[in-house]
Amino acid sequence: MKLVTAIIKPFKLDEVKDALTEAGIQGMTVSEVKGFGRQKGHKETYRGTEYQIDFVPKVKIELAVADSMEEKVMETLRTAAKTGSIGDGKIFVSDLNSVIRIRTGETGEGAL
Amino acid sequence: MGDKKMLIMNISILSSALLLQFLAGTVMADEGSTAISAGDTGWLLTSSALVLAMIIPGLALFYGGMVRDKNVLSTMMYSFISVCMVSVVWVLWGYTIAFGTDVGGIVGSFEFLGSAGVGPEAFPGTAVPHLAFMVFQLMFAAITVALISGAIAERMKFMGYVLFAVLWVTLIYAPLAHWVWGGGWLGELGALDFAGGTVVHISSGVAALAAALVLGKRHGFGSEKMAPHNLPFTVVGASLLWVGWFGFNAGSALAADGVAAGAFVATQVATSAGVLGWLVVEWMKSGKPTVLGGASGAIAGLVAITPAAGFVGPIASILIGFGAGVFCYLAVVWKAKFGYDDALDVLAIHGIGGTWGAIATGLFASVGATGLFFGNPGQVLIQAVGVGATWVFSFVGTFIILKVLDMVMGLRVGRDEEIVGLDLSEHSERAYT
Repeated sequence: MKLVTAIIKPFKLDEVKDALTEAGIQGMTVSEVKGFGRQKGHKETYRGTEYQIDFVPKVKIELAVADSMEEKVMETLRTAAKTGSIGDGKIFVSDLNSVIRIRTGETGEGAL
Repeated sequence: MGDKKMLIMNISILSSALLLQFLAGTVMADEGSTAISAGDTGWLLTSSALVLAMIIPGLALFYGGMVRDKNVLSTMMYSFISVCMVSVVWVLWGYTIAFGTDVGGIVGSFEFLGSAGVGPEAFPGTAVPHLAFMVFQLMFAAITVALISGAIAERMKFMGYVLFAVLWVTLIYAPLAHWVWGGGWLGELGALDFAGGTVVHISSGVAALAAALVLGKRHGFGSEKMAPHNLPFTVVGASLLWVGWFGFNAGSALAADGVAAGAFVATQVATSAGVLGWLVVEWMKSGKPTVLGGASGAIAGLVAITPAAGFVGPIASILIGFGAGVFCYLAVVWKAKFGYDDALDVLAIHGIGGTWGAIATGLFASVGATGLFFGNPGQVLIQAVGVGATWVFSFVGTFIILKVLDMVMGLRVGRDEEIVGLDLSEHSERAYT
């Protein structure tokens, strides 16, 4: 199993969710986060005073998927979240050791 | 005095033309117009309520949106409590200091102490009840105090502010109002201030500078981000100030007449031009026209037209408003070079805008008074005297009041309280949970 973590532009969330649902994903966790990458932050100006905003608002999506789904999920994410401009975000994939469904106690891929 | 009132009341009861003529020779010569005009009174009472709406919710929102989210309640409370403190002080002793019979050109006598003798009869020289005039002036005193709170926001103890409000309206505002409107020396000199450019705006703007200097900078000033937390609040507040300002300026005619209409038009035009002036110079200098800039330009235009409103035509109003937008923007930007922390730019907008407006009144006055461009160069000089006197009096007076209060009780909240935010540390509340 894999844990897929994607950091994307907030306004892309709906598109990404729809594409992932279509690709057969059963669930996801979404959080509003802030951070910076190569895009760096941006400047805001209030009455002539400039503030450098280092942390840009982003959305983080976390998905636990079966090994067989990894490639499809990655491709779907990449296509749906892409705008082509700087700041589109990143996708991280890591191995997932175990999963338990709290209600039934099921473990492994059956719990996904 | 009591006999005079009886006579005035008898007029309406007897309503005899002969008696009126007889009284005109005896009482009316002394008291001015004695008939109450329903139109004038209706407009003045409406105007009074409009000026209240400028403070709460107008100014409370305007300022509340510009502070950080941990200080929004505390900031709004400064405006709220200003209204309450000044209202009580005004009817007890503030009004009589400002509008009692002149004593040496400096203050009013105590004849109206506790509002004694302020009744339903016409205020001399007008057709509105004395009570209506008093409450209209009350609102002016209240907004002037509330304006200063923008300079000390995010760090001044609530109790310190409450005491400051009482002392300031008594020792600074009321005498100043007397100088200009109550028969004092500036009015006698011929200084023009239609609705309070010097009395309200220069005085509060300069007091704000003194307050910022006495209190010192906010913790983290210059290093931490202190951006406005809710600009929609600020835009709504500025818009309410704009609406309420018709009561402030057109109401200052003290009648529902042509002068009021002129002031109304001047206010609308100058405010719009103020927004344009600010946006144009901001766009040129920093690349983007900002919404906060538009709101600030509106206030700058309103401030600058205040002393001139009843004395100028529409074209002069455009120039006065546009100039205010430009000058106040530059003052806001230049503030950074001086390093004092006038948190919400009260000096840059009210002090500088008010000063420009007072001088501009001496340049452009053409209705009921004449300025430099209409053949009376001396008026500019008189305006400059009024501006200078107000700057000095308000700065020195405010500085002393705050220094004394600081020694007696300490004006700033502690460092930790400031970092936590005044909403929680001073009021045990949070705006957003």
